[in-house]
Amino acid sequence: MDDLKGKLLVIIPAFNEEATIGSVISSVKKEVPEANILVVNDGSRDRTASIAEDSGVTVLNHLYNMGIGATMQTGYKYARLMGYEVAVQVDGDGQHPADQIKYLIAPILNKKADLVVGSRFLGEGTYRPSLARSAGMAIFSKVVSTVIKEKVTDTTSGFRAAGRDCIAFFSSRYPDDYPEVEALVLLHKKGFSIMEVPVRMYERAGGRSSITPVKSVYYMVKVLLAIMVDLVKKVDG
Amino acid sequence: MYYFQIFAILGSITLFALVLDFIRRGLLKEKYSVLWLAAAIVITVLSLKKDLLDWIAWKLGIAYPPSLLFLVAFIFVLLITLHFSVVISILHEKNKVVSQELALLRLALKEAGIKMPGGKK
Repeated sequence: MDDLKGKLLVIIPAFNEEATIGSVISSVKKEVPEANILVVNDGSRDRTASIAEDSGVTVLNHLYNMGIGATMQTGYKYARLMGYEVAVQVDGDGQHPADQIKYLIAPILNKKADLVVGSRFLGEGTYRPSLARSAGMAIFSKVVSTVIKEKVTDTTSGFRAAGRDCIAFFSSRYPDDYPEVEALVLLHKKGFSIMEVPVRMYERAGGRSSITPVKSVYYMVKVLLAIMVDLVKKVDG
Repeated sequence: MYYFQIFAILGSITLFALVLDFIRRGLLKEKYSVLWLAAAIVITVLSLKKDLLDWIAWKLGIAYPPSLLFLVAFIFVLLITLHFSVVISILHEKNKVVSQELALLRLALKEAGIKMPGGKK
């Protein structure tokens, strides 16, 4: 994959991830040496930014915490400005093993899909979410699969790869609060092709999920509402 | 003329004057004052023309006409807050774009070897 040099960007969104960001960066460097790495630091108050800078990767710093949606979009804007062909998003908390990135980018390089989602539920895997969470994920999967008329098993997965057109779309339009599910619906509306591939994921090595049990009901309602709204909304860009 | 008329007229004229003064002092942009001024004018007119107020109340089946004034005021308050929600959403989006652009610019400056004047690094 030497011809990928200068064409592949790994975007790592990070908010207070000092415990894990260093090892995430070094494992991406080791597993995908041809990739350029961008850390988008979403206003962390800990040492996330300095650890990332010291490891020699590109760092974009938000002045204040703007949320995961805006953070990913900043990454896609950079990817577009610098003319990357493929952008992969990898969480800064160490959930996404860097050795799986090759499975995400293969369908994009073969022009099989505009967006590839890494799924914990396809193929073998040890991911066992709590009952409440797996119920929520099943509902999202059902709703999204119905809406976009294609089976998506892991709609909340943030382990994804986007091709050039998708990067351009995301840089002009990316959902705000809980963007993973909504992004699929928006892409479908714009006629992009979405594909899932099986990946392995770790339990998070540090930090906590941004979604606490209290927030999860709000999360469900908000995302389902957003999907309904997206269906009637004008999508420019 | 009833007391409630005098009360409503004084109230809405005060509101009108206050809004105009805010505009004059630059505290309020014209485009965010339209609904406020409209509310003041409509309530003043309805309070002055009691026949009109009674007629509309009767048409709507409102037994006690002065409560129509509350309804009108309430509708304006709803419209104004809805307007604010729209304005805040637009501001939110624009603010996000500016912040993202700023992050990209800072990186470009750093890569060009230019130090931010007065910046942290």
